[in-house]
Amino acid sequence: MKYQFESQRVSYPYFVAAMALFAAQILFGLIIGAQYIWPDLLFPAIPFNIGRMIHINLLVVWLIFGFMGSAYYLLPEEVEGEIYSTKLAMLQFWLFLVGGATAIVGYLFRWHDGREFLEQPTIIKAAIVVVVLMFIFNMIMTMIKGRRTTSITVVLLTGFLGLAVFYLFAFYKPANMTVDKYYWWWVVHLWVEGVWELIMAAFLSFLLIKLTGIDREVAEKWLYVIVGLTFLTGVIGTGHHYYWIGTPAFWQTWGAWFSAIEILPFAAMVAFSFKMIGKRSRQHPNRAAVLWTVGAAVLSFIGAGIWGFMHTLPQINFYTHGTQITASHGHLAFFGAYAVIVLAMISYAVPNLRKSTPGITRQKMEIFSFWTMAVSMIFIALALTGAGIVQVYLQRVLAMSYMDTQSYMKIFYVIRLFFGVTFAIGLIAYLYDFFTGNRSKQRHFGA
Amino acid sequence: MTKMSARNMFIVATVVVSAVFLYLTYLSHMSFAARTHSENITAQVEHGKKVWERHACIDCHTLLGEGAYYAPELGNVIERRGEPFVRTVLETAAVQGWGTTRKMPQFDLSKEDIDSLVEFFKWMNEVDTNNWPPNIEG
Repeated sequence: MKYQFESQRVSYPYFVAAMALFAAQILFGLIIGAQYIWPDLLFPAIPFNIGRMIHINLLVVWLIFGFMGSAYYLLPEEVEGEIYSTKLAMLQFWLFLVGGATAIVGYLFRWHDGREFLEQPTIIKAAIVVVVLMFIFNMIMTMIKGRRTTSITVVLLTGFLGLAVFYLFAFYKPANMTVDKYYWWWVVHLWVEGVWELIMAAFLSFLLIKLTGIDREVAEKWLYVIVGLTFLTGVIGTGHHYYWIGTPAFWQTWGAWFSAIEILPFAAMVAFSFKMIGKRSRQHPNRAAVLWTVGAAVLSFIGAGIWGFMHTLPQINFYTHGTQITASHGHLAFFGAYAVIVLAMISYAVPNLRKSTPGITRQKMEIFSFWTMAVSMIFIALALTGAGIVQVYLQRVLAMSYMDTQSYMKIFYVIRLFFGVTFAIGLIAYLYDFFTGNRSKQRHFGA
Repeated sequence: MTKMSARNMFIVATVVVSAVFLYLTYLSHMSFAARTHSENITAQVEHGKKVWERHACIDCHTLLGEGAYYAPELGNVIERRGEPFVRTVLETAAVQGWGTTRKMPQFDLSKEDIDSLVEFFKWMNEVDTNNWPPNIEG
């Protein structure tokens, strides 16, 4: 068993919080998914807008918990030194948990702002900035004190710095709605189609090095190619959000060309993963972690890459903009890219933290959870794509009214909810394995 | 290709696209006033936007196609339904259902809030959206 850095343990509470919030996110997803079929469900106690706000805010919060926990796990191994301050990391953990929980509970009592995804009240936003700055400070100090600097840590730091910088645009609320929307995308797009991809690619490279034993030089070269493609395509690719919101028409040209090639970094991640797995010098005992890692590359390619490309050209987006097609892409992209990479990091890290990795003999439950969640999410995306196609044809082409159109989409909402339930079963399996599976292995090996 | 050349390409690409993006942002700013008729953003319109945000309307509706997809597009709602209909909905929401009985919560808006929201929608309707949506139904 490889030497473990004691301070890596600080990542564990982050993972536990991520799991709990993930479960809550899915619960609210099921509620609002059901409201599409039974609109009176929980109305007016939890109207759709509040449920949806909670569903997406929980997603963002648990992913950031996952990102930070993963970074705290990864950093000591990368820089070959302990975390600068585990006390600061724990203080930051509690501040984030209390801030996040306050925001979510506050939403139920209508304490919120009113811009999509940025509904956090200003004071909560300020707390988030403090939390992220604490994290970045801890990360930089760890890197300075460490014995080496790796490209993985540099790219990861760049990703987190970008996350912090672009979040600042959440504080800018101009009176002109078009200008508001313009900079709103600097948070939303430049996060998920920009700096978050750096964080994802850094984790992917780390996992592939650990799981396949490939040469670091090769992995880090790939990493720079992937993040180079990310910014090359994604920055001006922001233009695909600027087609119809009052912004100039030249964005249709710039947005189309650049966002059409936003698929490239995801294609590169797939190629990278398969090449490295093909060339692996050893069979890692943690097969589930390998599955999650390759799964992140493949599912992000499908969800973000293909499903994104599908409606990114203005000629198509003119008809699909603001329909269930967007929701379809959103679900598969977020799950495939960010949820799965965090689950991959957790899957790899937690058995190591429990010193139970060499004793892994069977991971049936975890592998079941991967396939259940992945297949369910693909069918959720397909159901919403079906709904979107009906909506585009009836509402956008035949000019049927919005609510009349919705009645023809109901079957797809039923299918979506069904696969929402199967997704939840997969998640329960993952959680069961997370909280009990590895513990029984630990007993066997007496770590 | 070596790791260093990959890194250098990453840096060069980032600098170049960021410069182009900032320049396009500058050009966009040059056009916002004319495209959005910003001279028509009165205090009332501004208040209307705040009412819009106070009740998180965007988490059910879309506005210029952005938002949630649970309720109709509102960027052109004044043109589609007319002002009296919009006022009725804002006053009587939750009392009546729409179509498949999806309901809007009753926000107990004051007369001033409703007036402002209507002015806000009127202003939104004038924004140059490059002819989106494809038809009046949004």
